[in-house]
Amino acid sequence: MNFAVLQFPGSNCDQDCVHVIKNVLGHSARLVWHKDNSLAGYDAVLVPGGFSYGDYLRTGAIARFSPIMHAVQGFAANGGPVLGICNGFQILCEAGLLPGALIRNRSLQFRCEHIYLKTATFDTPFTSKIPHDKLLRIPIAHGEGCYFADDATIAKLEANHQVLWQYVTAQGELTKMSNPNGSIHNIAGICNEGRNVAGLMPHPERASESLLGSDDGRLIFESLVNWLNNRSKTKAA
Amino acid sequence: MSDPAITPELVKKHNLTPEEYVKIKAILGREPSYTELGIFSVMWSEHCSYKNTRPLLKTFPTKSPKILVGAGEENAGIIDIGDGLAIAFKIESHNHPSAVEPFQGATTGVGGIVRDIFTMGARPICSVNSLRFGPITKGSGEDDPQVLSNNRRLFSGVVAGIAHYGNCFGIPTVAGEVYFDKSYEGNPLVNAFCLGVLRHEQIARGAAKGVGNPVFYVGPATGRDGLAGAAFASQDLTDESAQQQRGAVQVGDPFMEKLVCEACLELLATDAVAGIQDMGAAGLTCSTCETAARAGTGIEIELDKVPQRAPNMTPYEIMLSESQERMLIIVEKGREDEVKRIFDKWDLPWSHIGEVTGDGRMIVRCHGKVVADLPAAILANEAPVYHRESREPAYLKKVREFTLAGVPDSKDPVAELKTLLAEPTIASKNWVYRQYDHMVRDGSVVCPGSDAAVLRIKADSLPVSKDGKELDPKIEKFIAITVDCNAGYVYLDPYEGGKIAVAEAARNLACSGATPLGTTDNLNFANPFNPELFWQLKESVRGVAEACRFFNAPVTGGNCSLYNQSPNGPIDPTPTIGMVGQIEKPEHITTQWFKNAGDVVILLGDAVNSKDPLQGLGGSAFLEKFHGLKTGTPPVCDMEKEKTLHETLHGLIISGLIKSAHDCSEGGLAVTLAESCISHQDARETPSLIGAQIDLSGIVDARLDALLFGETQGRIVISVAPDDVVKVTERAKIMGVPATKIGSVGGADLTIKTSKSSYAWPVADLHRPWWNSIAEAMK
Repeated sequence: MNFAVLQFPGSNCDQDCVHVIKNVLGHSARLVWHKDNSLAGYDAVLVPGGFSYGDYLRTGAIARFSPIMHAVQGFAANGGPVLGICNGFQILCEAGLLPGALIRNRSLQFRCEHIYLKTATFDTPFTSKIPHDKLLRIPIAHGEGCYFADDATIAKLEANHQVLWQYVTAQGELTKMSNPNGSIHNIAGICNEGRNVAGLMPHPERASESLLGSDDGRLIFESLVNWLNNRSKTKAA
Repeated sequence: MSDPAITPELVKKHNLTPEEYVKIKAILGREPSYTELGIFSVMWSEHCSYKNTRPLLKTFPTKSPKILVGAGEENAGIIDIGDGLAIAFKIESHNHPSAVEPFQGATTGVGGIVRDIFTMGARPICSVNSLRFGPITKGSGEDDPQVLSNNRRLFSGVVAGIAHYGNCFGIPTVAGEVYFDKSYEGNPLVNAFCLGVLRHEQIARGAAKGVGNPVFYVGPATGRDGLAGAAFASQDLTDESAQQQRGAVQVGDPFMEKLVCEACLELLATDAVAGIQDMGAAGLTCSTCETAARAGTGIEIELDKVPQRAPNMTPYEIMLSESQERMLIIVEKGREDEVKRIFDKWDLPWSHIGEVTGDGRMIVRCHGKVVADLPAAILANEAPVYHRESREPAYLKKVREFTLAGVPDSKDPVAELKTLLAEPTIASKNWVYRQYDHMVRDGSVVCPGSDAAVLRIKADSLPVSKDGKELDPKIEKFIAITVDCNAGYVYLDPYEGGKIAVAEAARNLACSGATPLGTTDNLNFANPFNPELFWQLKESVRGVAEACRFFNAPVTGGNCSLYNQSPNGPIDPTPTIGMVGQIEKPEHITTQWFKNAGDVVILLGDAVNSKDPLQGLGGSAFLEKFHGLKTGTPPVCDMEKEKTLHETLHGLIISGLIKSAHDCSEGGLAVTLAESCISHQDARETPSLIGAQIDLSGIVDARLDALLFGETQGRIVISVAPDDVVKVTERAKIMGVPATKIGSVGGADLTIKTSKSSYAWPVADLHRPWWNSIAEAMK
């Protein structure tokens, strides 16, 4: 499979994403410069974390105007899978590809630590290979990760099973203490109505090798690879 | 606007002595211009010239077969780590700016050291820092609520600044130390360390090579911020500093630094660069004369071509500005277009400002008129050197006379241990490091919270190579990093304290499975004109130099920060040691916390040094906290024993016999044991706690406080599987290292039995104060 990893000025998890896709999973991954305007030949798009444009104005607010984002809109409209991680999630929300917004952590401080995630729905390209009883132990690292949307949007997300991951305790309970940033309903990640665009604040690319303390994040990338494989088989048939 | 006339007052305002001014006139054969005076003042500041410390720095060991670029040669030292790879690292202070403007002072401290690393052609892969503030809680030497609140303001501002810069740039802040002591009130210490990786052939030089080569300025425009910061760093802080010197503090932009770093590494992968240097302290001045001096060439620049942020800047201001994130690049003639292409790609300003010349002069023009014409090499290398007077401080007599007679023994060890664990200097620093992104770049194997951070260097950590070939992805290297200095010991015995700082760093590396590669030192001291304070500097450098030699950890570079004193008095002498070691295989990586119930706990080293009349309590955290005494001869560092201890532990680790290893430092054995039980954090709000049953009843000749809380040097607590106990103790015996089986891991309590009584603590009760204490103080 061939992954595009977008590179904005200020992206800083771009090389980590390439590392995991290439050296851990054995697929092809290339950095795509934000001034490019084509994603032809790619099977999936990763929008990596970092501080695109220094987070000036508002996280993700300037990056969404980069030329490559037109191509991402088109790629997503054609059903191509797009995954935004951390700042990537913020950019996808700003670009209108995902509903809601990510605002300042309730603690008003940046938080970097491992958290536990419960997967709320398995019916997406990003979650299908995650065992149903498995909690994912993955790090977060953000100052603006509090997921916020109006009541109607939240109700719709829940009704459509668009909430993918929630912050939980090590026992799998949704509690206030397990929520590191004050997100509504402990939401850590969501997908769009078409289920091919997703975003999450935690960093699965930092939890894909046991050497780094956890390889739970790998399940998210493996789900995506599995979904792409199934799609190409269906197409071939 | 015409330049002011040069008067004795103006010379004095520039921190130059009348003798220094005479020397300047002798060098030039005439009176300097105003701009030239400014240039001399920053180049001859302590920060740039080391004029008061150079003779001492020469005593450091600086050579080993692995050192590729040594101390003082370039912006940072470089050490070989095998397979054609190398690391560049250095520590640098930003104390004075942080005292005046904590957030920006800290951000630009990080920014400056990160630039020093990528200037060498290395990709920065981690950042570390060593911080010191006045007390933040009552009962630790300061009770005035206003002063405490100001200390907290400085602490939170510095931490936020480090977080802001490192997180945005995308460099993990993986380790550090934070001390709180009254001596740092009004003069906090902010020492920032950065480490980068590169291949041997990628080492870039800060030399203006090739007469006729164009000189480029890249990065953001020059403003009036940070005017003469290097000179400001080389004076005492006064009550007026905050008001008067705010303009000397630079403003950091980590986003800009990220772009400049990526663009420079991309450019260095071409052959277009003849030399490169960052504009750090003394900005355009230092970078132009130093690059010319290194290459034995001259340099000529036109200030009209320097991008400027403010209108009507004078040559003096442009030359002395310390605006951040700027670089000077000497380009191979004919390759200018590559520079333009890459910097345009990253939307970064660039400007062709001058040429390399053959006459050895640094010539600065403004509107075509010469405003400075100086001999570059003399300016860069021949600052005056002073051998300052030194005299043993009077207070040391009292320190040496101190005995334990009249100091009652421990009354309530159960409460005392909990109190010590909550003491901000000893307590968990999670309030700090959870604000730092410590995992970006996929290399943090051991995160903050163990004796040393461990980093994985992988093939794709390296800068892009010139041939575009990628390294074999299977190549991985493991590096351990620690920063250490117990300045209280240094105050009480500068020589021994200097040795201990190095020994502790080496011990922390040993506990993580590493052997030392090299050291970077940050000498934070007070005013060198005071003979007693200069004696502290001289003696501690003697200790540091001797210990670096002994532990095979040569100094590859560092920084001196003098004049660290506020109206409250001088700081404790603080020679911060940053040490880097290598771990051969991932399976040798060792952490400090106990792992499995049933494992046996062994103490390596003597429980109490029987030759020490103070039994390890001199200068201890215990004595200070419970008796209000910051005195007594600190514990002795027996380097021979210490080194054998490290080598023995290393041998046991590579034989796969060690489950955990944790060194004994502040708070002594009881704190070490408690930390081994409580310091592993699985995830947010999910500590991984385990108890231990310890029996010290065999030790009968020590005071109870000395046994539990004494700080005898050369001790490590390890845990091993029951089947390996005999192998471990036998091997230690052969090496001559005392190895005492003191208990086993398991249960929900830490219990310690002594010859007098037994004490028990539910581990959750130890974890709570230790983990939360700083957060509660900062609410």
